Amino acid sequence: MSVISADLFNNVSHFMGTNPVVQGLLQPILIFSVVFHFVWGMYLEYQNTQAREVKYAMYKGSANATWMSRNMIISGLAVLAFLCLHFYDFWIPEINVKYIQGDMSGKLPNGDYRYHEELVHKFAGQPIRVSLYVLSFVMLSLHLLHGFQSSFQSVGFNNSKYTPIIKKLGNIFAIAVPAGFVVVALVHFFAH
Amino acid sequence: MSTIDNKVPHGKPLKDTWTSYKDKVDLVNPANKRNLDIIVVGTGLAGGSAAATLAEQGYNVKAFCYQDSPRRAHSIAAQGGINAAKNYQGDGDSTYRLFYDTVKGGDYRSREANVHRLAEVSANIIDQCVAQGVPFARDYGGLLDNRSFGGVLVSRTFYAKGQTGQQLLLGAYSAMNRQIARGKITMYNRHEMLDVVIVDGKARGIITRNIVTGEIDRHSAHAVVLGTGGYGNVFFLSTNAMGSNVTAGWKAHKRGAYFANPCYTQIHPTCIPRSGDYQSKLTLMSESLRNDGRIWVPGRKEDVDAIRNGSLKPTQIAEENRDYYLERRYPAFGNLVPRDVASRAAKERCDAGFGVNATGEAVYLDFASAIVRYGKEQATIKGEKNASESRIKELGKDIVKAKYGNLFDMYKQITDDNPYETPMMIYPAVHYTMGGIWVDYNLMTTIPGCYAIGEANFSDHGANRLGASALMQGLADGYFVLPYTIGAYLSYDIRTGPISTDSPEFEAAEKEVTKNMEFFVNNKGTNSVDYYHKKLGNIMWEKCGMSRNEKGLNEAIDEIAALREDFWKNVSVPGYANELNPELEKAGRVADFLELGELFAKDALDRNESCGGHFREESVEVGGPQDGEAKRDDKNYAYVSAWEYKGKPSEAVLHKEQLEFKEIELKQRSYK
Amino acid sequence: MKDMNLTLKIWRQKGANDKGKMIDYQVAGISEHMSFLEMMDVLNEQLINSGDSPVAFDHDCREGICGSCSMFINGEAHGPVKGTTTCQLHMRSFKDGDTIYIEPFRAKAFPVLKDLVVDRSSFDRIQRSGGFISVNTSGNTQDANALPIPKQDADLAMDAAACIGCGACVATCKNSSAMLFVGAKISQYALLPQGQVESKTRAQNMVAQMDAEGFGNCTNTGACEVECPKGIDLSNIARMNREFLGGSLKG
Repeated sequence: MSVISADLFNNVSHFMGTNPVVQGLLQPILIFSVVFHFVWGMYLEYQNTQAREVKYAMYKGSANATWMSRNMIISGLAVLAFLCLHFYDFWIPEINVKYIQGDMSGKLPNGDYRYHEELVHKFAGQPIRVSLYVLSFVMLSLHLLHGFQSSFQSVGFNNSKYTPIIKKLGNIFAIAVPAGFVVVALVHFFAH
Repeated sequence: MSTIDNKVPHGKPLKDTWTSYKDKVDLVNPANKRNLDIIVVGTGLAGGSAAATLAEQGYNVKAFCYQDSPRRAHSIAAQGGINAAKNYQGDGDSTYRLFYDTVKGGDYRSREANVHRLAEVSANIIDQCVAQGVPFARDYGGLLDNRSFGGVLVSRTFYAKGQTGQQLLLGAYSAMNRQIARGKITMYNRHEMLDVVIVDGKARGIITRNIVTGEIDRHSAHAVVLGTGGYGNVFFLSTNAMGSNVTAGWKAHKRGAYFANPCYTQIHPTCIPRSGDYQSKLTLMSESLRNDGRIWVPGRKEDVDAIRNGSLKPTQIAEENRDYYLERRYPAFGNLVPRDVASRAAKERCDAGFGVNATGEAVYLDFASAIVRYGKEQATIKGEKNASESRIKELGKDIVKAKYGNLFDMYKQITDDNPYETPMMIYPAVHYTMGGIWVDYNLMTTIPGCYAIGEANFSDHGANRLGASALMQGLADGYFVLPYTIGAYLSYDIRTGPISTDSPEFEAAEKEVTKNMEFFVNNKGTNSVDYYHKKLGNIMWEKCGMSRNEKGLNEAIDEIAALREDFWKNVSVPGYANELNPELEKAGRVADFLELGELFAKDALDRNESCGGHFREESVEVGGPQDGEAKRDDKNYAYVSAWEYKGKPSEAVLHKEQLEFKEIELKQRSYK
Repeated sequence: MKDMNLTLKIWRQKGANDKGKMIDYQVAGISEHMSFLEMMDVLNEQLINSGDSPVAFDHDCREGICGSCSMFINGEAHGPVKGTTTCQLHMRSFKDGDTIYIEPFRAKAFPVLKDLVVDRSSFDRIQRSGGFISVNTSGNTQDANALPIPKQDADLAMDAAACIGCGACVATCKNSSAMLFVGAKISQYALLPQGQVESKTRAQNMVAQMDAEGFGNCTNTGACEVECPKGIDLSNIARMNREFLGGSLKG
């Protein structure tokens, strides 16, 4: 949206940033889920490493499983690191402006919505940040490539008819969504 | 020589004997069962099912196996199926027919009453296993599927893919697990029984070695059950598991249990041949292959040589230069002659120098003509009138694949040959031992309180076992026979109280076992255990195998005795007694095989008749249509040889159990 | 057809409480027709004859069904060939001059007893916690054909029941998870009407025992399915999860 129309992006952002349902209900749920996912994921990872005390001298993981599936902790931690950056870039300033300074208008002093302007500002002329963003989304993609279909298996859904479809959808989702974000970062970097 | 009492109840017709026995047998009060301990050694189909059932009845069971889990007992390797007189296919099967087939298949050397009981309980086994969750094959209507097996005229064989033994064993294992969880079975994995302890003339316990720590332990009980399988590994190479052994049975024999028909061994015709001297075991392929495969060797010596040196491929040998020896010798049955006949004929050709692999011990099993036959049939069905030769082969291969695909894959995995393109190579191998510890109708050995079940005993298969009958017998003994018969004995033991392991008998037995172990690890000889085992196997195979004669057997007796003497002087066992020491385990087992082997030869020498799988060269038909075929001698040899131990195998004393056939008329087997 | 000379790097460990390490051995004259275990026999004969202690390893049927053999060969459970146990692996899968790593199946729940021998009794304990149908073996059951079972279900149950309990799934899983093994047993019974009755509690009990044994968790890498010598399908784990969740939600 930010690529297509600055106004549209601003409107949607303002809606999401001030709507009580989004802010009061969905945001905490999302934050809780994400935190739960991290904590639980890392706890399980800890258990998993404990389950083999002596490591193999020779272990050919690539012979039987994809890199993505074997390295969820790496892609996951990378995404976590990205989230920290993202929070630092956007979320903390947002919270600061909205809830600490109490400015719910979402406007710049000149009367325009600030969201698009801030977004562009973060990327334009910031090659390191843009690279980090791009890299993070590649990691997210890898995480989702395994994670999407894996979640179905974990809750007990595995069906000879539907599982192949889920895997395909998962692959599309896992590539398309991060790719979209990558485009945002790249467009703003190159366009400004 | 004396005769022995088999305790078969008299006075009722055969078909009512077991029912009437069950009605009248002494039962043990449930409250008293709690005070009775039973040791079960071996956790295959027989031992596993017995342990589970006895525990369920309320006895305290201690079960032992040398494997790391009861689930790994060698019953697991049985492929084909299990017989049961269910008559689900409506093809005229009945208890009587199964009974008749089994007695006839055993060449009239099994005990009628036991076999009839086996046939009676067979149907119940299937019900039981289905209730336990054994996934037998089913048809599209959801009902159980059957197949015909081993040349019988009815379809009575139930199967679970090619893994019937595995599934039945896992069923018994699950029943055991349920009782282990309830605390009614105490399970001892990786424990090997090394002696049975007799107190006041009764079996009261065993001595075991913990295979992991080497500890020698005493275990007491009111009765001891041996479900320890067969002794085919006396031949070194067999289809048995590497650990399969005779030790438990042999120790019982040395303590007073008679050993019956040791020379009765089944040699299976369709095994994958040995590829070199390093070979450690042989792999069986289902007999069903003979339904479509044609067996042959080259008819000319020069072709044999060319094949052995690799300059000629079997497919290049013209039809007229092939010797389809089974079809030639047995036009009526051809490639479907019984196991013993097929095995002997293969060995005869190979001994005559026509064997087709580097070792000279292999014959071809060829599917080329079956592929063409099925291919033509399919072309007709599909309306392809002018199908090319390659198209016909393609269609035919599909059918063969559907029927035998898993066997072909297994063959390819082991030999790296593609049996769709080139004939398979097969050779007979030792597969099952019909002989075993002598038991009466109650499955009790001649040691009071010591029972033998499954392949470890001798009773049901006579001189030759039919396909899909071993699984049936193991489960019948364990689930349905022993749990009744053992009560008759234990009902006299309810006031005995716990058996102490501090008695001098236990102490002496433990001392002897320990002494033996110490001897092995301290001997520091020059030859490995396998060196002796291989030598023994070679003597057994050459002189006590499919075809035997007096001279060879006498030589075998001397050679084995000499080999045994050498073993006790020069065997070398590395490591210590108090650790996990596989060489030490083997040493103990081979020591017993070296004694059993001699008794085996002695028994074969005594049996101057050809019967079942055993061809005695002095006992052949002369003249007439059966000229040169095996001649059974019912007049002189319709008995069970039960050997009593007297210090060493050469001095074993023969007791005869005369076999009576009330229901069945003795007939000559003819496959011409 | 030339005989092979090989370098073997084998884990040697004297006993359960000793420290182990990889040791190099040379074997010569190995035929391509030998099975992997026969190659090990050659090595052991060589070690015995030179007064060394032979390598202990579990093996029994040597026809791929008992599930005893348990070697981790060149980084893979049961070696490089798929759908195969170690005993059915043949030396033709290797080349003259190769170096072969041979290690025990490793997991906290499979402690090493000696060299390549591990203790898999944790599997037995899981089975004991619920891997059965609670039916008496008295023989007073209904007729086997009284309850038709759809062929598809029976076949799926058979596929799940083909598990030989070797532990390759655990050994190969980066998390040492036993879910394929447990899932297979739960599935076999869940698919059959006889086992359906106690299916949910069975799943609860077996999973609890599995966790207590110290196996890791499933992250659905699918390695177990690939390395399983009997081709047990990953869908069995999903079925276990389903039965387990169903059991968790039940009052």
